[in-house]
Amino acid sequence: MTVALRPPIRPRRIRRGEYLTAAICVALIIIMLWPLVMSFFASIKTPPEAATPPPSYLPHTFSFENYHSIITYHAGLATYVGNSLAVAGLTIIFCLALSVPAGYGLARFNIPGKEIIFLILLASMMLPFQALLVPIYLMFAKIGLTASKVGLAILHTILQLPFSVYLMRNSFEAVPKEMEEAAVVDGATSLFALRRIFLPLVMPGMVTVALFAFITSWNEFLGALILMNTETSFTVPIMMTGVITGQFGSVNWGGLQASVIISILPCLLVYLLLQRYYISGLLSGAVK
Amino acid sequence: MNRRRNRWTGLVYVAPALAFVVAFVLWPLCHLLYLSLTSTSLLGGGDFIGFDNYSRALTDKSFWRAMVFTLTYTAYLTPVLLVLNLALALLVSRNTPLRRVTRTVVFLPVVIGLAASSLLWYWLFDQQVGLFNKLLVDVGILHEPLIWFKKATTGQLAVMISVVWKVVGFGMILMVAGIQAIGQDIIEASRIDGASALLRVRRIIIPLAARSILLATLISAIGSMLAFDQFYLMTGGGPRGQSFTTVYWIYQNSFVRFELGYGSALSVILMVIITSGTALQLWLTRKGVRP
Repeated sequence: MTVALRPPIRPRRIRRGEYLTAAICVALIIIMLWPLVMSFFASIKTPPEAATPPPSYLPHTFSFENYHSIITYHAGLATYVGNSLAVAGLTIIFCLALSVPAGYGLARFNIPGKEIIFLILLASMMLPFQALLVPIYLMFAKIGLTASKVGLAILHTILQLPFSVYLMRNSFEAVPKEMEEAAVVDGATSLFALRRIFLPLVMPGMVTVALFAFITSWNEFLGALILMNTETSFTVPIMMTGVITGQFGSVNWGGLQASVIISILPCLLVYLLLQRYYISGLLSGAVK
Repeated sequence: MNRRRNRWTGLVYVAPALAFVVAFVLWPLCHLLYLSLTSTSLLGGGDFIGFDNYSRALTDKSFWRAMVFTLTYTAYLTPVLLVLNLALALLVSRNTPLRRVTRTVVFLPVVIGLAASSLLWYWLFDQQVGLFNKLLVDVGILHEPLIWFKKATTGQLAVMISVVWKVVGFGMILMVAGIQAIGQDIIEASRIDGASALLRVRRIIIPLAARSILLATLISAIGSMLAFDQFYLMTGGGPRGQSFTTVYWIYQNSFVRFELGYGSALSVILMVIITSGTALQLWLTRKGVRP
């Protein structure tokens, strides 16, 4: 119907525009993927081929040697990936354990001074955590939380908590009042209502909180650089900085790209699988 | 439910998060303010010295050079991102399969780590084995591979190229949401009225999506003001200390020279600047970018 309303000249112009748009889209896809593809190709070259100028776009030979050099790098890749996964897992647990009840309380109860409490919880989003690293480092050094997975997870929770609380509060607010009232009439306690009625309904919010916590924690660099100051406590991003300077001052380029691919892979997988949650979380505002 | 019980029960649920923020944000904040008035260092010291750190910061040429460098970096990067974000958002805001795929792909680098992307581009820019250099030579833009990190200007350009690749999808997605919220009927009506594409963008889309455009720009500007990873990993602050950012300089003073008191004073200065920006961001967010 709308087609009939358009001036006669429109359809052809629109179609030509559509071809142009398609061409630009394809070009964009190639530009954005090119660095990742090149990095992957470099990671499967043999180490000498990856390090010899002039470079080639495509690998001439196929080899897992670069990955092998990363797997056996210093304390071993398993240690670093294990550290990163443990810190990310703890960050997810901390964020959910704090933000789910907080979101419930803020959305469903008439708390005295609610606005001020909400502001305090969001305050840590306004303060750049980079500026708080000195006192946090001193505090953690005093209570033995440097070079500790728990310590780094606390730091990552500081980063993610405001977003998580904001998101969970919105999730709890979106639950229809009738569902809760039915439970209250039945004499259920607030904890029972939380577990049996709310949790299944706010599950998408929790997935989003966990997803952002994972990605933030897995990728975070500065905090890990300062806190994780022993070789065996390094997370993957910190390990990568060591890979640059290979043996005899030369750069292990192939190994570096292998470590880049290893560090990127979990994020890409999680994002592609849970894209819907990621984008909706991002758009619900309060983005760090 | 009893009203009073209701109120206190709610507080119990909020208490853990509140305690966490008090212990790990508000208390460190107070400690930071105190530290900034002392000569604390990891090598001793710790006397109360009043505002000496702040007066030292005022005359610290390196600190202000880092501050100016960070501001310049932000001033270059923000408009570039604004234009690219908006152009991309206009291109892919309609829901067709190809546009959805383009959105997904352009957004991909946002979820990978800044450290990983910096090291990836550090390699691409390398003068000997870097494929971006080779590509520029192959298509005729460069005559021979450039040593990007030898000069401050090209080093900064290299960092910006890598950061644009890394974050451009972020602003794009925010703006796509803003554009999609406008409502197809308004856009369709203008099309029937014969408004050209350019007029439609200028008079309808930009004004109506203004808040999400502003928000995306503000978030990217704050991110640039706090830049650290990309410079630490790609330029190392060089050449000759010309590419230290503010956060990098604070890191350098606090954790390389161990002058924690002085580093705290610099942190306070940074915090005042950033917090005003973030307060604006929060205010915009609370008004909502959602459809």
